[in-house]
Amino acid sequence: MRLQWMSKTLGVITLAGSLALSAQAEDPIRIGAVAPKTGPLAGGAAVTYWPNVQLWSTQVNDAGGLLLPDGLRRPVEIIEYDDRTDPSETIRAVQRLANNDDADLIIPPYGTGMALAAAPIFDRLGYPMLNVTAITDQTDALTDRYDGVFFTLGATTPIAQGIAKLAADMKADGELGNRLALVNVADAFGIELAKAAKTVFEDEGFNIVYETSYPPTIQDVSPIINSAMDAEPDLFVAFSYPPDTFALTEQAQVAGLDEQVDLFYTAVANAFPAYRNRFGDSINGVYGVGGVNPVNPDFVAYREAHIEVTGQEPDYWASAVMYASLQVMQQAVAEVGLDHDAIIDYVKNNTFDTVMGDWDFVDQQIENYWTVGQWQGGQFYGLGSTQGMDGEAEPID
Amino acid sequence: MNQSTLRWLLVLAVYGVLAWVPALPDAGGWLSLIVPMTMYIALATSWALFSGPTHYISLATAAFYGVGTYILAMGIEAVPYPLLLLIAALAGAVLAALVGWATLRLSGVYFVIFTLGLAELIRQVVTWLQNNFGGSRGKYVFTDITEAHIYWQLLALTLIVFFVGWLIQRSRLGFAIRIIGGDETVAKHSGIHVAGAKIALFMVSGAVAAVVGAILAPRFVYIEPAMAFNPQLSFMVAIMALLGGLHRLWGPLMGAIPFALVWEFIAANFPEQTTLLMGLAFLAVVFYIPNGIAGVMESWHRKLRANQEVDHG
Repeated sequence: MRLQWMSKTLGVITLAGSLALSAQAEDPIRIGAVAPKTGPLAGGAAVTYWPNVQLWSTQVNDAGGLLLPDGLRRPVEIIEYDDRTDPSETIRAVQRLANNDDADLIIPPYGTGMALAAAPIFDRLGYPMLNVTAITDQTDALTDRYDGVFFTLGATTPIAQGIAKLAADMKADGELGNRLALVNVADAFGIELAKAAKTVFEDEGFNIVYETSYPPTIQDVSPIINSAMDAEPDLFVAFSYPPDTFALTEQAQVAGLDEQVDLFYTAVANAFPAYRNRFGDSINGVYGVGGVNPVNPDFVAYREAHIEVTGQEPDYWASAVMYASLQVMQQAVAEVGLDHDAIIDYVKNNTFDTVMGDWDFVDQQIENYWTVGQWQGGQFYGLGSTQGMDGEAEPID
Repeated sequence: MNQSTLRWLLVLAVYGVLAWVPALPDAGGWLSLIVPMTMYIALATSWALFSGPTHYISLATAAFYGVGTYILAMGIEAVPYPLLLLIAALAGAVLAALVGWATLRLSGVYFVIFTLGLAELIRQVVTWLQNNFGGSRGKYVFTDITEAHIYWQLLALTLIVFFVGWLIQRSRLGFAIRIIGGDETVAKHSGIHVAGAKIALFMVSGAVAAVVGAILAPRFVYIEPAMAFNPQLSFMVAIMALLGGLHRLWGPLMGAIPFALVWEFIAANFPEQTTLLMGLAFLAVVFYIPNGIAGVMESWHRKLRANQEVDHG
């Protein structure tokens, strides 16, 4: 009898001990990540998405794991899937993470098309979805439909209008003429941006002296640059994609358009370090979409950690926002644990301390975000934001 | 009860079972695997209806699919859903007729090149329209259509495709097209309207692909030309059908199912190497089963039968 009691007690103690041990080391929190490693958006994901996942998980595990409400830390294990820039594959990967891999949390996919295709699935499975690289004007419709879907990087129209409003201010101050050359890549996002910006430019009294669009597969942009120069614009605004952002800038420098105009703007990938690495000091004064406050101590610390862990720089727009979204998830889990409804509820109703400053979600959206920035001395400074971010820089000539 | 009635009853019974997949526990996971599979079965089977007997390799699937997707996206706010599927089918058929009229009287290689370019051509036209007139219209599809609804529609569509294929095989058109496939000159001299027969079959496969595009549009919420007119779709459909075998109505089915399963296995276990392993799989197929899985199965069947005969004899 006594022997039995003793062995039982011993068993319970051993069991408790091993449980505590395994909770410390062997029972990781499983976090899914789905984004392109191949296909058209693989390049963007390799700058903005994957390095942040690596940085964040490394930092969390170096600190002993992800903190839970009971004060224990559990390591995180990242389960990665390549969606090959195919929304059908994204849907499948999210399902696989939820059903086969038993992921505790899932980091939302990269790219608007993939993220929106996955939103109904996140909603049905009940996972919180803290989107970053999903930019759309339908955020209200989406957050109405889906209770756990959040947006952080902004909506299309305010982002496109950032440059238009900045130019209007400069025109009002007499620093800029009103002759505008407006070009855009004829692809989904480029069209949307150009449409949204054009109405503001027109309302602000700009005279559009040259306007054209070009296919995303364009090889030679010199006719565009030459025609724009012939129209003698005061400002050149291009809602461009990564390959043509580089091509337009290069051709403008060859032809001298960047010297001729007072404002030269390109869009997606302008805020990538690769843009500066390619053009060096010659892009000093070039305007682009997005921005950060690169001298903010939080950003500087983030940037240094990013370089140390991943061996590459973060970009000057979405990277820090991506990291901030992971911080939100981390802080919510520390307060309420891994219950999905509790996380969603907590994210809606609390303020988060992130690398982007204090974050409050209004209708599941971050409403204050960078819209336009400028290269100044090798760093990309945010100049304009929707509701006035800390550290808005002044434009230089 | 004759053999073909029995066969159809069997097919209907299988469908009756398959229709219950959304009732499984973890149905979402099953559906995300089986919806693309059913989609490819519908596309590959209808593709083979035309390409099997005529030996014309069509790479226009993405063009028809994209047209269907955009018809649904443009119309979803204003037009009733079933009507949109009908419009998509008509548009696919009309487009196929135009393309067929322009190219099917030429020899095969012109047709392949033209159909490959067609998806890109239409994609550029759609983009141009959006750029100049549309803005963001036709980019978002918000509906209450779930993955299960999409699955049931695709299931019904594959049944229709099989039925149409079966009808064509025993019609004058099917007979004519088999003669054309055998020797076009002979067919012409026998008084068969060669171009007309080919165009008619091409219209069937175009209409089916357009309807598939329309049915799947709500799945992706956000519609962009690059995704709707993805040329990879055309190649996948052709490869699956060839893998399965074109000489039987059920051949492409035998290609689409193992293909989707192998793909799932690779994507789940080697997410970094999908492209590489897929390429190796293709090489294996080309070298070891050039006649398709249906061909392999038939030769096994024949061997089995021959062995049995030997045993009994």
